[in-house]
Amino acid sequence: MRTSNFLTPKWLFSVALLLLLAVTPILSDIFDQAFYLSIATRILILTIAAISLNFILGYGGMISLGHAAFIGIGAYCVGIPIYHDYSSGWLHIFLAITVSALFALITGAISLRTKGVHFIMITMAFAQMAFFLFLSMDEYGGDDGLTIWYDSEFFSGIDIDNPTTFYYICFVSLILVMYLYHRLVASRFGRVIRGAKSNEKRMQALGYSTYNYRLVAYVISGAVCGYAGALMGNYTNFISPDMMGWTRSGELIFMVVLGGTATAFGPVFGVLSFLVLEEMLPNVMDMIHDGAGFYWHLPFGLILLFVVLFVRGGISGFLDRLGKR
Amino acid sequence: MTILLEVRGLHKSFGGVIATKNVSLDVMEGEVHAIIGPNGAGKTTLISQLCGEQFPDAGKVRFNGRDITKASGPARAKMGIARSFQITTVFQDMTLLENVALAAQAHDGHSFHFWRNANSEPEINRQAMERLKEVGLEAKAMTLSREVSHGEHRQLEIAMALATEPKMLLLDEPMAGMGSEESQRMIEILQRFKGQKTMLLVEHDMDAVFALADRISVLVYGEIIATDTPDAIRDNEAVKRAYLGEEA
Repeated sequence: MRTSNFLTPKWLFSVALLLLLAVTPILSDIFDQAFYLSIATRILILTIAAISLNFILGYGGMISLGHAAFIGIGAYCVGIPIYHDYSSGWLHIFLAITVSALFALITGAISLRTKGVHFIMITMAFAQMAFFLFLSMDEYGGDDGLTIWYDSEFFSGIDIDNPTTFYYICFVSLILVMYLYHRLVASRFGRVIRGAKSNEKRMQALGYSTYNYRLVAYVISGAVCGYAGALMGNYTNFISPDMMGWTRSGELIFMVVLGGTATAFGPVFGVLSFLVLEEMLPNVMDMIHDGAGFYWHLPFGLILLFVVLFVRGGISGFLDRLGKR
Repeated sequence: MTILLEVRGLHKSFGGVIATKNVSLDVMEGEVHAIIGPNGAGKTTLISQLCGEQFPDAGKVRFNGRDITKASGPARAKMGIARSFQITTVFQDMTLLENVALAAQAHDGHSFHFWRNANSEPEINRQAMERLKEVGLEAKAMTLSREVSHGEHRQLEIAMALATEPKMLLLDEPMAGMGSEESQRMIEILQRFKGQKTMLLVEHDMDAVFALADRISVLVYGEIIATDTPDAIRDNEAVKRAYLGEEA
């Protein structure tokens, strides 16, 4: 029950960031850069996924290396119905959430019986199974992927094909998801999840069957991640099994760690800096030396390594220390 | 007096090493029963079989009239066995109040409450605060657990065990690593519950054992060689030879 301090650098920075994200469509309009809006949309969607990973990884200590599978499942829950001409967005979202939750329930029930490295490997193995399942479905494009010819349809009058409309759907979703997890972390349930990470032995001695609580947390995380996937399906209009490859899951972990685990705003910082770096680095390097941009992965990796090794608590932790100075 | 915990013929070995050898033991309702024994006597192994962390190769454990030999740790905790750990086992990133509230919450039905802020639940906090008062930690309720002293951690352990409103406290060396002043304070705290709470106390500190125990069982090489009142144990020749002799 630490007293929350307003007006710390971290707090100001977070609010400024949210405000900036809120007006991004206007800015991109003014500067006539539709490209920025597109990146920002991607940031919002991946932040939703990163927040749900952070809940089990940061607060719950469950390092899932398979969360990209939920994004992929969510995206295919848009792509496959549209392929069969079922255009209702409500159906897509319902499918994305329930199928992801079901996948999380089945895979979680098995993988949560293990700990540590074994848990990491099993979640990755399940995600790879999903990857190969979609790879083998020739009807839906197999490894060539599936083009989504039109977007989910909600009410008449709301056209989510419009980038600005879609952006605000993602933005409102992000705010709601942040609030949802904020409540969850502070609730009795969240306290049990945090306690199980901190000291499982003690939790069991107190009478908690930690497995059950972890499984529910895993299912919630998977379902929200699936929702992010449904947004992603509408965002890209082209989906392929590559979305759920284990390297994608790894990137998601990286974003969470980069931003600072077990913090409310960490995932926002993490995804934002990850994607901005990814977009900017090649250009900046090309400016320094023509053609150098091709090797942008090298400095990118070095920067990520530096933050993980030397900046305790990621970006969020760094901002906390700024406030104490 | 009724028997609360009944252990019959408990046996446990690891490979060729016998850790628990045909242990039978009764803990009466309301008594403080101490288990003493030299290092390596199998005290911790015995405790962990009583609270469901390990399971015996043979024998029976009954608690409150029910056979709990095969019950899991969490199930036993729910039936009313609360334990404290030899090595401090608390939630370091939570405040002392939140530590105890998490314990109290365990007693208050399931914890699948997803929405309400747990830190602002008056009833759970009131219970937690009361337990903290009982062990003299109310002034530090809002301090993070990792910022308090070792002695205070030990007191917190007791408060957490009490918060689950157990029928029996299983205390695994509550004085471990404490200075004499801290030990004295812990003895006073435990004395307050003597007669109200059934306690099974495993302890090295002989002052604590003789100050608190109604009966003492002596464990040597996994075997109970005597169970009796403190005075009788003090005079028991076999015990002197096996254990107290080193100090006397």
